[in-house]
Amino acid sequence: MDQSIKGTAADWIEVGRVEDIPRQGSRIVKTGRGDIALFRTVADEVFALEDRCPHGGGPLSQGIVHGARVTCPLHSWVIDLASGEAVGPDEGCAGHCPVRVVGGVVHLGLMAFKEGCGHE
Amino acid sequence: MTTHTTSPQTSRKRLVVVGNGMAGIRTLEELLAKAPGRFEITVFGAEPHPNYNRIMLSPVLAGEKTFEQIVLNGRDWYEANGITLFTGDPVESIDREKRTVTAMSGRTVAYDTLLIATGSTPFIIPVPGADRLGVVGFRDLADVETMLEAAAQGGRAVVIGGGLLGLEAANGLKVKGMDVTVVHLMDTLMERQLDRSAGTLLQRELERRGIAVLTGADTAEILGNSRVSGVRLKDGQVLPADLVVMAVGIRPNMALAKAAGLACGRGLQVDDAMRTSDPAIYAVGECVEHRGQTYGLVAPLFEMARVAADRLAGGETSAYTGSVTATKLKVTGVDVFSAGDFSGGAGCEDIVFRDAARGVYKRVVVKGDRLLGAVLYGDTKDGGWYFQMLKDGADVSAVRDTLIFGQGFGGGEGTANPKAAVVALPDSAEICGCNGVCKGTIVQAITEKGLSSLDEVRAHTKASASCGSCTGQVEQLLAVTLGDGYAGEAKAKPMCKCTDRTHDEVRRAIAALELKTIPDVMQRLEWKTPDGCHHCRPALNYYLLCQWPGEYKDDYRSRYINERVHANIQKDGTYSVVPRMWGGLTNAKELRAIADVVEKFAIPTVKVTGGQRIDLFGVKKEDLPAVWADLNAAGMVSGHAYAKGLRTVKTCVGSEWCRFGTQDSTGLGVKLERLTWGTWTPHKVKLAVSGCPRNCAEATIKDLGVVCVDSGYELHVGGNGGMHVRACDLLVKVATEAEVLEYTGAYMQLYREEARYLERTAPWLERVGLDYVKKRLVDDPESRKALNARFLFSQTFSQDDPWAERASGAVDRHEFAPLAQVG
Ligand code: SRM
Ligand SMILES: Cc1cc2nc3c(=O)[nH]c(=O)nc-3n(C[C@H](O)[C@H](O)[C@H](O)COP(=O)(O)OP(=O)(O)OC[C@H]3O[C@@H](n4cnc5c(N)ncnc54)[C@H](O)[C@@H]3O)c2cc1C
Ligand code: SF4
Ligand code: FES
Repeated sequence: MDQSIKGTAADWIEVGRVEDIPRQGSRIVKTGRGDIALFRTVADEVFALEDRCPHGGGPLSQGIVHGARVTCPLHSWVIDLASGEAVGPDEGCAGHCPVRVVGGVVHLGLMAFKEGCGHE
Repeated sequence: MTTHTTSPQTSRKRLVVVGNGMAGIRTLEELLAKAPGRFEITVFGAEPHPNYNRIMLSPVLAGEKTFEQIVLNGRDWYEANGITLFTGDPVESIDREKRTVTAMSGRTVAYDTLLIATGSTPFIIPVPGADRLGVVGFRDLADVETMLEAAAQGGRAVVIGGGLLGLEAANGLKVKGMDVTVVHLMDTLMERQLDRSAGTLLQRELERRGIAVLTGADTAEILGNSRVSGVRLKDGQVLPADLVVMAVGIRPNMALAKAAGLACGRGLQVDDAMRTSDPAIYAVGECVEHRGQTYGLVAPLFEMARVAADRLAGGETSAYTGSVTATKLKVTGVDVFSAGDFSGGAGCEDIVFRDAARGVYKRVVVKGDRLLGAVLYGDTKDGGWYFQMLKDGADVSAVRDTLIFGQGFGGGEGTANPKAAVVALPDSAEICGCNGVCKGTIVQAITEKGLSSLDEVRAHTKASASCGSCTGQVEQLLAVTLGDGYAGEAKAKPMCKCTDRTHDEVRRAIAALELKTIPDVMQRLEWKTPDGCHHCRPALNYYLLCQWPGEYKDDYRSRYINERVHANIQKDGTYSVVPRMWGGLTNAKELRAIADVVEKFAIPTVKVTGGQRIDLFGVKKEDLPAVWADLNAAGMVSGHAYAKGLRTVKTCVGSEWCRFGTQDSTGLGVKLERLTWGTWTPHKVKLAVSGCPRNCAEATIKDLGVVCVDSGYELHVGGNGGMHVRACDLLVKVATEAEVLEYTGAYMQLYREEARYLERTAPWLERVGLDYVKKRLVDDPESRKALNARFLFSQTFSQDDPWAERASGAVDRHEFAPLAQVG
């Protein structure tokens, strides 16, 4: 069930096990470039977004996770976990980076981080 | 000691097979078909039996088959094909230089080509006591015999592992009369093959069959003296057991290969030709690792066997490139199928089909024009069809719209056109299961009584009047019977886009169908999304909590952040903390503790709230447990300033000090707060008690306000501030504090049971009318007492301080600590 992204071992940083993230929930990874929120969906897929809502910087890690989306806790924007894009009438995109899961271990592709764009 | 060598007269090459199991012998079958007589063949098997169908051990355990019925190749087959078979004699070493193998008996046999097919061994979790008598894996006939012996004594079995094997073992042991408990580490069964919805359905079905299932349960120790007597879990729970089956996973059996110096990783490594790092040695089956993958099902092994046989027969091109696997559970009467990747993700589209009446759940995942995965529960007849398309990478765009209905859907059958389906039903077909109303009765009522709406049908026939799961069918009957004469229903607003049902319908169904978990509700009420959204999940969580006090386990993942972490999130992502101040009273000890906490955690803002207590703003999330611990130490608990629940009870000074006070409004406020704190309600609830009609506590714009007068207490209800200020209506005047408390409990419970989620008491009261509330609370003392009793009962489960639980680290510890720190 590897969500495969090609890369060398050095590009991938181990951050923990899938079980350490609650299903339909999120955990934070603190990094030099700010907090990254790791999400685990009901289907056990893992995604990583910058922990800042494109709307007003809300901590997305604190939102309700449903399907492959999260609802921002501050003003309920809904963000697509895979693309970081706001869903529906709202426009904006949260920073995100690739994740791979190998043997239950979550690896973060921090080198390939993509900046978000928002209305801040 | 005997040494077997081939007779010198033959020039045939010698093939030795280690492992008399499914993959090894399948390879031989294929080889004999392709190149009979090419090899002189010797087979070693560790088990004392000829080759049998291992996957059928489950039906043997359940008593549905005998061992004789599952033998694939009896000894006569080996004889007829000139194969030398040594059973009960495991190979212990391989000498690659000399090209010989030596078995336990000391027998040494030389080979030109060796085929290793040693399968795998059950993983026994290394907890203390795992070696006690009565602890078995589930792998071979010997295990099954041990289990059957234990089952013959009755008694209790604990099966560790809720995957395919564990559940088949559990079912078999149950059928054989044991009391069975499945202990599973993850929170859904077969989590690697099934999604949460299907896993939950499966769990319900097993529980219905009397198998106890403990999820999220980790084994700490196997108890007993020489024999097992029980299992202790990490949470301290002890499960008595006469038999423990470990079915937590398998490990490729590669010890022999490793000792011989063959390249091994997670398994014995092979290339696409099924050759190991030694070109004279091939390997197939569960013991191998191919392109980093290991397998635990027969289909891939059979594909490997075909390639290995072809290579052994002299072929040079055939290659094994890995397999897509599908799973079916072999528990009679439970149909479960899963294949491919159904975890969704970027660009994937989920198509979900639920037919609650038939207990069917299907989910297919499509990406672009291709099928990625499928999970089927209850109706697996299309499993093969999906699996074929999946393996073929078939373009499904042409059938995409009807994909979920399965292969049988050709348009003509009408199975997917609900109207046609309802037309096709006989008059005797039952439409409403709750009230036993059949199609004929409904159609007759529509035509003879001139009914034209759902409500009329409900009133005259009771169809769709209880759980409402047949509502769609009744509407179709109206449409079919009346044709253009049916205007359709003026639809009440559904809960959210995940369902067509209204809040009230969902609540009724939860009670009528005894739905006890969110996945249950979503399944039975045919939710259109896999796990709902931020609108429906918190509502469902509340409805379930309210309906099943003490029984329902709160789903924190369905709570808004404030209620999940018991603090209010602020615009910068920090939190505010409001300790309870009963009735607005405080004292030096509390104030000192607050001051200390503010200094210790450098809390930037302290404010007196409009709710008569103190709010600490700007607390970092990771500091919350420590802040709470300090406040707890001074006797303070959560003020629930974040909750859809009781917030504050505001009071004024009252008769104790105030020259106008008629009653002890402060004391009564404290009593009311002690009565109601901790409850969960559809929206927040605020109370107040004023000591006289000057009303300093603003009691008449509260959800429930008490205004004290000389002769007693006026109870005012349904007020709020906010954008639409509403002053309360007078409900009743009573003479004693005891009556105030009883009315309050009853009023809270009526609101809890009947208001919609996120409806405050003011709009609720306007919707149902003051007269209705009076009827339930004032005119009918029995009803009032019953409501109050239900409130008090539910309060016995809700008055635990959520801060204390979390400050101790016992609950939701993961919320407050980062997963990792990098860079
Ligand atoms: C802190 C406080 C303001 C203050 O500093 O005084 C406050 C702060 C908030 N109020 Fe309030 N309300 C506070 C007393 C009130 C009062 C006064 C009262 O209770 O007597 C009212 C009017 C009375 C009423 O509720 O009817 C009030 C009416 C509201 C409303 C409108 C409710 C409505 O039914 O329309 C909201 C919005 C909502 O709940 O959806 C709201 C929502 C909020 C929220 C929760 C906004 C939010 O979702 O983040 C604020 C949270 C701040 C925080 O992090 O603590 N607050 N809020 C008061 C906390 C009281 C306490 O001790 O718990
Ligand atoms: C109860 C049960 C139910 C199952 N249900 C299903 C199912 O529904 N669908 C499915 O696809 N799969 C199922 N499986 C899995 C399936 O049975 C295996 O994938 C398959 O049997 C593996 O074949 P194999 O030849 O690799 O290993 P095995 O069939 O285990 O054969 C290996 C043989 O090698 C022997 N051996 C080991 N070491 C030595 C040695 N040193 N010398 C000599 N002999 C040795 C072993 O004793 C064993 O007999 C089930 C398995 C079990 C146990
Ligand atoms: S009045 Fe508005 S700004 Fe002030 S606390 Fe209430 S919600 Fe926040
Ligand atoms: S900050 Fe996320 S919705 Fe406003």
